[in-house]
Amino acid sequence: MSRVGVFICHCGENIAGTVDVAAVAKAALDMPGVVHAVEYKYMCSDPGQTMLKDAIKEKKLDGVVVAACSPRMHEPTFRRTAEEGGINPFQCEMANLREHCSWVHEKAPATTAKAVDLVRLQVEKVKRNLPLNPIRVPITKKALVLGGGIAGIQAALDIANAGNPVLLVEQSPSIGGHMSQLSETFPTLDCSQCILTPRMVEVARHPNITLYTYSELEKLEGFIGNFKATIRRKARKIDEKICNGCGVCQQKCPVKKIPDQFNEGLSNRPAIFVPFPQAVPNKPVIDVENCTYFKTGKCKACEKLCPTKAIRFDQEDQIEVHDVGAVVLATGYKTMPVSNFPEYGYGKFKDVIDGMKFERLASASGPTGGAIKRPSDGKEPQHVVFIACAGSRDRAKGVPYCSKICCMYTAKHAMLYQHKVHGGTATVFYMDVRAAGKNYDEFVRRAVEEDGVKYVRGRVSRVYEDNGQLVVKGVDTLLGGEQVEIRADMVVLATAVQAQDNAEELAQTLHVSYDPYKFFAEAHPKLRPVETNTAGIFLAGACQAPRDIPETVAQASGAAVKVCGLFSQPTLTREPIIAVVDRQAPPVFSNCVGCFLCKSACPYQAIEEEAIKNRNGDVIKTVAKVNPGLCQGCGTCVSTCRTKAIDLQGYSNEQIFAELMSI
Amino acid sequence: MRIGYYPGCSLSGTGRDFGESMDAVAKALGIELAEIPEWTCCGSSSGHMTDRLVSVALPANVLLKAQKAGFDQVMAPCAACYNRLATAKHEIETSAQTKAQAEKILQTKLEKLPRVLNVVEMLAQVSDTIAAKVTKKFDETVACYYGCLLVRPAKITGFDRTEDPVEMDKLVTAVGGKTVDWSFKTECCGASFSLSKTSVVGRLGAKILQNAVAHKADAVVVACPMCHSNLDLRRGEINQRLAAKIDIPVLYITQVIGLALGIPGKKLGLGRHFVPVKFPATATATATTTTTGPQVVQ
Repeated sequence: MSRVGVFICHCGENIAGTVDVAAVAKAALDMPGVVHAVEYKYMCSDPGQTMLKDAIKEKKLDGVVVAACSPRMHEPTFRRTAEEGGINPFQCEMANLREHCSWVHEKAPATTAKAVDLVRLQVEKVKRNLPLNPIRVPITKKALVLGGGIAGIQAALDIANAGNPVLLVEQSPSIGGHMSQLSETFPTLDCSQCILTPRMVEVARHPNITLYTYSELEKLEGFIGNFKATIRRKARKIDEKICNGCGVCQQKCPVKKIPDQFNEGLSNRPAIFVPFPQAVPNKPVIDVENCTYFKTGKCKACEKLCPTKAIRFDQEDQIEVHDVGAVVLATGYKTMPVSNFPEYGYGKFKDVIDGMKFERLASASGPTGGAIKRPSDGKEPQHVVFIACAGSRDRAKGVPYCSKICCMYTAKHAMLYQHKVHGGTATVFYMDVRAAGKNYDEFVRRAVEEDGVKYVRGRVSRVYEDNGQLVVKGVDTLLGGEQVEIRADMVVLATAVQAQDNAEELAQTLHVSYDPYKFFAEAHPKLRPVETNTAGIFLAGACQAPRDIPETVAQASGAAVKVCGLFSQPTLTREPIIAVVDRQAPPVFSNCVGCFLCKSACPYQAIEEEAIKNRNGDVIKTVAKVNPGLCQGCGTCVSTCRTKAIDLQGYSNEQIFAELMSI
Repeated sequence: MRIGYYPGCSLSGTGRDFGESMDAVAKALGIELAEIPEWTCCGSSSGHMTDRLVSVALPANVLLKAQKAGFDQVMAPCAACYNRLATAKHEIETSAQTKAQAEKILQTKLEKLPRVLNVVEMLAQVSDTIAAKVTKKFDETVACYYGCLLVRPAKITGFDRTEDPVEMDKLVTAVGGKTVDWSFKTECCGASFSLSKTSVVGRLGAKILQNAVAHKADAVVVACPMCHSNLDLRRGEINQRLAAKIDIPVLYITQVIGLALGIPGKKLGLGRHFVPVKFPATATATATTTTTGPQVVQ
């Protein structure tokens, strides 16, 4: 016979104000198996916990029900207390009298009756609880960071500086990401490359960081602490170990007219190229699609002229498998293609550009050396119109969310333009200026007040060409809705921030959930912002939502701390609330018939196949087995199992049915 | 092809030439335009400006009659009629409340109402037949003007590209014409200000025609009687405002196709235009320069 103790909390007035707690305690004493029932003002307080511990010892309790708040709030507290009292922590259950009863009902006899029922459910359950022990899983103390932009760089450096090995994988030939393309950064106007490149070099030199550029993740198997990552190292067609980055191959390559992605197509590059002079690693890559040798079988100019003989035309992609314990996703973002805006005539008008192109125009390392020259004819534009929210906050044709960074970079662009083109006019069309951040609003005010940027509150309905001159047609909603037409020399669209094209595919490879816009989803929007719902996979930067640099860096450091925290444990401890497949003595071995419906139902790929063999090693039957490291205890397999061979530890069918039968 | 035909009020009034050319072209293409029995007002302009419910119930009544007559598709040449019918259908299908209100007014259930097509949409379905029946290539350069109601709002019309439509351009190309890539395909023509405040029509129409001429179009092609009357009937007002003479004609898409199919101009109502239909037009040099200067933004 069980000896259960029931402890009813008043939670100040929160519960006792609505529920007759004394009546609940009295009713509990009549429940079969209950030998002790008390009520107290704050069970979670120190005296409350002591009361619980003492009662376990004095009354020789083997099960405890704490009728208080949500188990989300205090279950760990009371389980620890129960353990200190001398029983297995999983012999402690909570009845939620606050969120499920007192907060949602009026003060009435029925409310108290419901509270009694809630207690009875847990009493029936706790009588059937089995002592459980936490699961221990080994950890591979090496992190995989996907993406070599500022988010990935920061996360990799923080993890590596804490003494853990890191594998940083970047798909393009150099790390640096979007930040390396930017001219100056808000709100301080310090040069983006000047603050980024030291970090890039640090990554390359760090003894704990292995850098794989021009590489992609093909597959990720395993579970927290024990992942196996399959990585494709794309063939650069050069021997990185021999190449000294002299650049002769780039100069001598006869193909010159390939649009340069780094400069957003504003300049050209050869077929063998380093994306930009400060690239890390400073080793070229051959663009196989445009290389004359790969197209026609002739040329090989780079091979002939390479002083170190580093060209390898026959180099192939390599597949490598690495054991890692944690993954940081830092794959970044893209911006909405400007061809989405026929009303702004993109594609037809060369001088309607997006923000990233403007960054390249304004950058000292850009194709114009930092001079603002418009793409069509290279002339200095005398009037530039900036259109904010191109696609953002546009339910009809774009995305409903705010892209967050555009207000700030548009102010920066307009400011840079005013600094570079004296006497020029910059006009910004905006919906709202959202400049929430340290020194952000001051920055926008500076653009308006000191640099004379004209802000017009209203949307632009059309950009068209009139005798070769761009005309921007919009409305000024602060001037009583008056229509405004501006004859501009260049138009810059602040296009919406979107998830990368391959984000959905990558999320599915990693079993990470994502939102309707393909941004990776955090485990909790407020309290677990850098974790995903897959244990051991963390998020940093704009792959989760539009972010600026300061936020990205902060989040990357946050993700790094989570990884380091994981790695600081000798082994991994997990709650034992997992599914188990029936095992019993021969000749049955298991009720499982091996249909593996559970395998297809499991969202976490936790079901494995196990062959039961006789002494000769012959397979008798193949049955399901739950990987305790992967199982999240959701119970989907339990409800799917046709032979009732799977049960959830701590929430067994027997326990749940006993609960239901008690009311 | 047999289709429920909703001519609306303008096709026997200001858009008489649209109606005539519509009939002639349909006949030539073997499309039977079967008029919806006892059709009523579509609920546009005065209807939808007065009461939202009237603007849904009136067109719903038309669709109901079409449904009873056994049509699963209805074509309305007038863009305003088309938009009203399509909007009513959309609102009834997406809002349970609107549906219930309309059903109460009409005293019947509204289920599976016929699909609503505009004239360009219908002709696009038979563009192969049109191309095959061309007897006299329409060898002119024109600006296709779609106006506001043919393509918008996108979620209701579900037709063509909202900001840069091309379906009418494709039809003109199919009969041998050339179209210009111009900027004002969907700008406002002034709509019903045509009657109440003609100065607005003069200002807006001037911009549209100027842009068409600047892009070297010899005519403007429309698919809406309202657009037509604002650009054709109100040309005097427009030219007065411009202090110039723009004399490029404004044709209905059905007239363009009719000409290519070899239908005589009289049967297409070509004689009913206020701006004579002549090719190529003799646009004056002054008309091609823009008179609107930049407005200073404070």
